[in-house]
Amino acid sequence: MHELAVTKSILKLALDTAAQNNGNEIISIHLAIGEMRNLEQEWIQRYFDYISKGTKAEDAVIKVRKIPVVFLCKDCGRQFTANLKEDRKILCSHCGSFEYDLVTGRELIVEQLEVR
Amino acid sequence: MDEIRLIDVRKSILSDNENQAGLVRQRLHSRHLFMLNVMASPGAGKTSLIIQTIRRLRGRLRMAVIEGDIESTVDSEKIQAEGVPAVQIRTAGACHLDAPMVMAALDALDLEELDLIFIENIGNLICPAEFDLGSNLQVMILSVPEGDDKILKYPLMFSICDVLVINKIDCLDGSDFNLELLRRRAGELNPGIQIFELSCKSGIGINAWSTWLEKKVATNSN
Repeated sequence: MHELAVTKSILKLALDTAAQNNGNEIISIHLAIGEMRNLEQEWIQRYFDYISKGTKAEDAVIKVRKIPVVFLCKDCGRQFTANLKEDRKILCSHCGSFEYDLVTGRELIVEQLEVR
Repeated sequence: MDEIRLIDVRKSILSDNENQAGLVRQRLHSRHLFMLNVMASPGAGKTSLIIQTIRRLRGRLRMAVIEGDIESTVDSEKIQAEGVPAVQIRTAGACHLDAPMVMAALDALDLEELDLIFIENIGNLICPAEFDLGSNLQVMILSVPEGDDKILKYPLMFSICDVLVINKIDCLDGSDFNLELLRRRAGELNPGIQIFELSCKSGIGINAWSTWLEKKVATNSN
């Protein structure tokens, strides 16, 4: 259920973009999704197949590039990754600092569209 | 047969919603109005927190509530019983509110007569975190009986909120809820987060929260 609203937005963006570029058929949609978003490729594809029937995007393949959660340490200036669902503590893997900013992990982007 | 082409898009999937949220924000800003988006699981205390806050700030601020509900109107009836205007958004199955729904709800309120608007989002810790509503403050409530591990399961919600309210603090006795662990984790995930511990039932902590909110609203209208 969670993926449905996002999938509707993907379909709309894809159809609008194809129309602006004189595309007759959408072959694939390339997404970039941060690991912090609870979105699974399999479910996006299933909802997409359902809601895209009868449109130019029918049969389009959804391809997801997952973007890891990356923090930038304010103390040593280096970047580190974290697994938010498993790591019990989030700290800089280089210097152990708790002072950092989130750099990536919340993305929700249509990167490219393959059309003909 | 036409040739296959690759088009660079690089657009946010939720850009329509984000644009609309920007318009909501402008509309509020031009009237010095403050809006709160209250998010939580079902039963965590969204309606109770809103009602308790209304009771503390009544006579000091002019308030209204936008109620999101999948089907029923029970929550907006409770709000109206407090003598505060309430607009009901029935989402008919959708599990979150979005910015266009909020824009339409604003049309139903007399904005000239208000200082503070509460939005009660749909009870759910996933989808509401994805959709910016144009509010000034994102508030999430976690209640003690839900457990301190929710931050591991729903990191996005904890990372996007400005305020974490820990409700039902009167249930801490005899529970294994680890307040320190939750506070530390929330600070790691979201360094600027403001945390309030309170109980809508016993009233403990409500004053501290309401006073803080009133100051926020005052700063916004200056």
